[in-house]
Amino acid sequence: MTKSELIERITERQPHLSSRDVELSIKTILEHMAEALSDGERIEVRGFGSFSLHYRSARQGRNPKTGEAVLLDGKYVPHFKPGKDLRESVNLSISQE
Amino acid sequence: MALTKSEMAERLYEELGLNKREAKEIVELFFQEITDCLVHNEQVKLSGFGNFELRDKRERPGRNPKTGEEIPISARRVVTFRPGQKLKVKVENYEGDERKG
Repeated sequence: MTKSELIERITERQPHLSSRDVELSIKTILEHMAEALSDGERIEVRGFGSFSLHYRSARQGRNPKTGEAVLLDGKYVPHFKPGKDLRESVNLSISQE
Repeated sequence: MALTKSEMAERLYEELGLNKREAKEIVELFFQEITDCLVHNEQVKLSGFGNFELRDKRERPGRNPKTGEEIPISARRVVTFRPGQKLKVKVENYEGDERKG
């Protein structure tokens, strides 16, 4: 499912809202989430999971083209931990195939 | 402090002028539709933000950390999140404590 399919599916279930409103809503939610993470704030959605930042230390890397060694700065990367409900229902699906 | 569904709904109410019930329903549906896809073994691609993917893991040997007893970890399906390039760039320069350490 892509973002536009997600917008379609939600619009089908909210017939009183225009697809434009749903589209703006989805974009606003995703921007809100990205903004929280870029401020170092966690996101917690019960049952679904949580997003947080993990730190990656500075390391010696290489330019893949030239083979030259370069020092890569430390950085933060987004991390998602699925919640218990999501973990269990996704795992149940494997036995139903 | 963490971002939760109620704050997401609050923003839809404030910025888009949806009523509070609609705002709450959209936020609920957003996570519900993603969950439904994943439960049906369908990956979810949210361009700019990231992709939720599924991985099937084979059974592997494990151990009860308390007793040291060997017990197999059963085959399972897990959700993984691969952040998109835009999100990665947005968070990488966060000035967190670990950077100073």
